[in-house]
Amino acid sequence: MTEGRRLADGSEHWSPISFEDRMETVEFRVHESAHITVDTSVCETCPSRECIVVCPANLFVPTADGGIVFNYEYCFECGSCYIVCNKEGALSWNYPVGGHGVVFHRT
Amino acid sequence: MTTTADSFDAIIVGAGPAGSCAALALAKAGKRVVLIERGPFPGSKNMYGGVVYPRILDSLIDQWWNDMPVQRWVTRRTTMLLTETQAFSVDFRTTAWGQVPYNGATTYRPDFDNWLANKAELAGAVVVCSTTVTGLIRNSSGAVCGVTTDRPDGDLHARVVVACDGVNSFLAKQAGLYTCTESSHFTLGAKETLTLPKEVIDERFGVRGLEGVDIEILGGTGGVNGGGFLYTNYDTVGIGVVLKLSQLAAQSQRPEQIIATLKAHPAIAPLIDGATLKEYSAHLIPEAGISMMPTFVADGLLVAGDAAAMCLAAGIWLEGVNFAMASGMYAAEAIVEALALGDTSAKGLAGYLKRLESTFVLKDHRKLRRAPQLVLSDRVQHMYPQLIANVAERMFRVDNPLPKPGLRKIFAEERKRLGVRTRDLLKDASDGFKSFG
Repeated sequence: MTEGRRLADGSEHWSPISFEDRMETVEFRVHESAHITVDTSVCETCPSRECIVVCPANLFVPTADGGIVFNYEYCFECGSCYIVCNKEGALSWNYPVGGHGVVFHRT
Repeated sequence: MTTTADSFDAIIVGAGPAGSCAALALAKAGKRVVLIERGPFPGSKNMYGGVVYPRILDSLIDQWWNDMPVQRWVTRRTTMLLTETQAFSVDFRTTAWGQVPYNGATTYRPDFDNWLANKAELAGAVVVCSTTVTGLIRNSSGAVCGVTTDRPDGDLHARVVVACDGVNSFLAKQAGLYTCTESSHFTLGAKETLTLPKEVIDERFGVRGLEGVDIEILGGTGGVNGGGFLYTNYDTVGIGVVLKLSQLAAQSQRPEQIIATLKAHPAIAPLIDGATLKEYSAHLIPEAGISMMPTFVADGLLVAGDAAAMCLAAGIWLEGVNFAMASGMYAAEAIVEALALGDTSAKGLAGYLKRLESTFVLKDHRKLRRAPQLVLSDRVQHMYPQLIANVAERMFRVDNPLPKPGLRKIFAEERKRLGVRTRDLLKDASDGFKSFG
């Protein structure tokens, strides 16, 4: 996925960056145990699956067979997914173990 | 209840601006206070889209500006309305805000929050990082008297717990004080910190030295209700979007794509040309003000900062860190009072609510209670920026040999063309006047 948008005059005003490179700019101290777990069997019956578009870290990925693949590792811990999730029991959401998870840069 | 079993007078959960100010004020009052932070250092989990207004720090830290980790002092404030091809700006600058006692600053939250927690520690607070609070401990009468943590033997006891655990406040939720999970009451903030040489920033934004610019943007968010922001740090700029979560969820553009749309706008693109991504970040914002706030006080428990939904999202005023700092400080003052009385029940801690009600914290929120909904409404988001931009374009366009049409005529024609109903316009103007007037 690229973020570059071609302007009317055909120019690119910044170089496109892949989502992977975007997330490479963020430090995550990943703990071995997941702080969010998703019961993807519940997601299969969810008609809206709003988590896919709102998650700023793009952690909810739809699969061809109508399921969802979720990975907790590069998570901002923002909470958007559980706020929009409207399927009872689909998400279990906790903060990561102390000292782990996202670490924004200091100078 | 015995007091000898308490290790601390107060436990503060979360070393953000609310928690650190609570801990600092309690430590200065000689109380035994522990400040618990789940990140490896204070501020490591925190980001925002803007500016810290530190006036409230005057009463906590003498001449705070001497060592606060400031990127730039905001001396220029622009409010910008964007349509797809137009931009209408109100631009204000003053040299006064670049001098003592200052007005607002851009700062990296991991730097600022860490600095503030350090002040609390220097005053005598015990700061414990890398520790996630997992729940509340209650005594036999149901009053909160401590917290459980994810450390081995990590239970802590105190007379009072202050939940400063942020927008998702699981403590306030666990205590039954905070019940709002309505997605239309939250916005998602997503931001890119972009590297640009200081000289380039100075030149493009028309500033020098440590002068800085804060641009608040309405429109340019790909049709999703919300807003944008662009502000200068020393040698980076922060650019991002704030998106109404319920609307973001109901369409197909992802947050980073909407940032890209904003960055490509003809009024924005030249400002950030050639910049490279230093860090991407995101956070949830409690946006609905007073209508989503929790109960602030329970027996042995206070709630402050984002955990109490104290962010002020009122269009021309976008604040939060100042509300967090003040609420933390008032929580501390109420605790000192309650400890002196020997009553840390909700009744004994009622001084907190009294302080919130009598200061800007709830006065601003009450006055601006209509603002968040108004600002995020479809008319304010889409119709009015287009109306204002079209009127401006026609006012400043020279249509010779036609004579100038006059503002009233242009306004009436553009209003009709965009289908803005007089009834709605009057109602919104009335709401706007009640809020901002």
